[in-house]
Amino acid sequence: MSDLVMLFTVFVLAIFVGFEIITKVPPTLHTPLMSGSNAISGITIVGALILAGSVDHPLAKTMAFVAVIFASINVVGGFLVTHRMLKMFRRK
Amino acid sequence: MGIPQLTNVVYLVAAVLFILDLKMLAHPRTAVRGNFLGALGMLLAIAATLISGRLEWTYVILGVAIGSAIGAVAALRVKMTSMPELVGLFNGFGGGASVLVAGSALIATFSAVEAGTVSGGDLQMKIATVASGIIGSVTFFGSYVAFGKLAEFLYVKWKLYPWQRAVKYGFSLLVAAGGVAFTASLGISPHSLVLMASAVVIAGLLLLKRERFPGMNAVKVTLSIAAILLGVLMVMDPSNSLLFWVLVGAAGVLGVVLTMSIGGADMPVVIALLNSYSGLAAAATGFVINNNVLIIAGSLVGASGLILTNIMCKAMNRSLPNVLFGVMGPTEDTPDADEVYRTVKSASADEIAMILETAQNVVIVPGYGMAVAQAQHAVRDFANLLEARGINVDYAIHPVAGRMPGHMNVLLAEADVPYDKLKEMDEVNTTLETVDVAIVVGANDVVNPVARTDPNSPIAGMPIIDVDKSRTVVVIKRSLSPGFAGIPNPLFALDNTLMFFNDGKKAINELITAVKEL
Repeated sequence: MSDLVMLFTVFVLAIFVGFEIITKVPPTLHTPLMSGSNAISGITIVGALILAGSVDHPLAKTMAFVAVIFASINVVGGFLVTHRMLKMFRRK
Repeated sequence: MGIPQLTNVVYLVAAVLFILDLKMLAHPRTAVRGNFLGALGMLLAIAATLISGRLEWTYVILGVAIGSAIGAVAALRVKMTSMPELVGLFNGFGGGASVLVAGSALIATFSAVEAGTVSGGDLQMKIATVASGIIGSVTFFGSYVAFGKLAEFLYVKWKLYPWQRAVKYGFSLLVAAGGVAFTASLGISPHSLVLMASAVVIAGLLLLKRERFPGMNAVKVTLSIAAILLGVLMVMDPSNSLLFWVLVGAAGVLGVVLTMSIGGADMPVVIALLNSYSGLAAAATGFVINNNVLIIAGSLVGASGLILTNIMCKAMNRSLPNVLFGVMGPTEDTPDADEVYRTVKSASADEIAMILETAQNVVIVPGYGMAVAQAQHAVRDFANLLEARGINVDYAIHPVAGRMPGHMNVLLAEADVPYDKLKEMDEVNTTLETVDVAIVVGANDVVNPVARTDPNSPIAGMPIIDVDKSRTVVVIKRSLSPGFAGIPNPLFALDNTLMFFNDGKKAINELITAVKEL
């Protein structure tokens, strides 16, 4: 199987998994769901790190560096603010 | 097992942890742990990346340190009422990061091709780079607009605070100057001039005082087609990396134009949609750099955002195209407000307290007005007082109340309201006939019975909280001004409705005093 088909398989299956588990999140937690999933989308940091640490072209390096900053804001800010919110939800 | 395989195994573990994170969000009891697992997954993915190759650490550490510091300060200082702004902003950083990674990879690949070290990017990389560029740029600029509208400094006519002016003009200046400087560094060509023009257009659009302009929908459609055409051109001639930037520029203008006219109750839809885009952009970037964990995590987020978008649209009985392209507002047969409000009765805190004295079941319906008035703590005190007098108090939450999905729930959780008191619309609607007093705090369209009765109304068919079916309705509102839909609300004039004209927080505090004096 070619790489592209392999990656595409993963993509399609992951979307199905996403639909299955996220429909079970209750409306009460929709805001933390958004901030938490937002933190997960900061996974782009992996790509940013690889490029920032390996490319030589100055423009490419600068862009990867800014991408590392953006993605770190997303990851750290996202998980922290989600934690802050989730801690507040309590039962009687 | 070599380092590359080990890295991929760790990526798989990270992906599983992300899935567990989202799965555990199904219940408030497990959600905190779930979030930890997600953060752990991210940490593992980052660690695996750092040890996987001979990376130059200076930039890596510096970038992570700067970004983490900004993110942490923002996350710890933000007020719960401003959560929609923050999430909007984070969406934008995610989208921006994806564009930059794709662009950086593109430049790196083609400078390597020129140097003859590799044979050139394949079709997959080209298509994925285009997708990442379009989606990421729409997300970045769209999120900035959403943030600016929520923080009330974009497309407004009133005087701004100094920080608002600084952000508004600073960002526009940055985009325009950045576009010009970047173009100059690339040399003058037809492509680079288009790029420069789009940067200037974005900067200009962000300074407008009105959120609509004539022919807006035509511009949206033209830009969408232009972005796709540019994408096709780029796939056919990827050595021209300038095309990528023209594409990013056009998508940026599209992001601004798509978001600028959306406001009020439509905001939750846009925030959810941008959330989805930030995930899809990450997934596209995964295809650019051939990385599974980006694809999995990105598509999970993409799915999540789409589900939320769909829920929000359904809760307004509108389609996504209608939210993106339509205009919400009164129609020709919208009845005259003076006519509708002829029989409005207003009441004082003492009168309302007297009615509450004999009540057994009370439902509180919060809306965005509660967030604006920062009244959530007062509401909690009021509810506790009523419960101490043996009255059962529940909260009825409409899915689009507030400015993002779940906004009201977070505010009330902050005020220490137990989550089992927060009832969903459908659940509450089955019991409203047995409710003695329904208290509406800063909500309007979501309790407008016209949605059920008038098929020509702009909110026709929208599911509402049927407070009009309860014995007495108390509406706390500053005035009779219309909500986002711009139509009068006959609920305010019903026989069993009492208007309490006041600021949300003051009104609740007056009610507390009045009930204590009973």
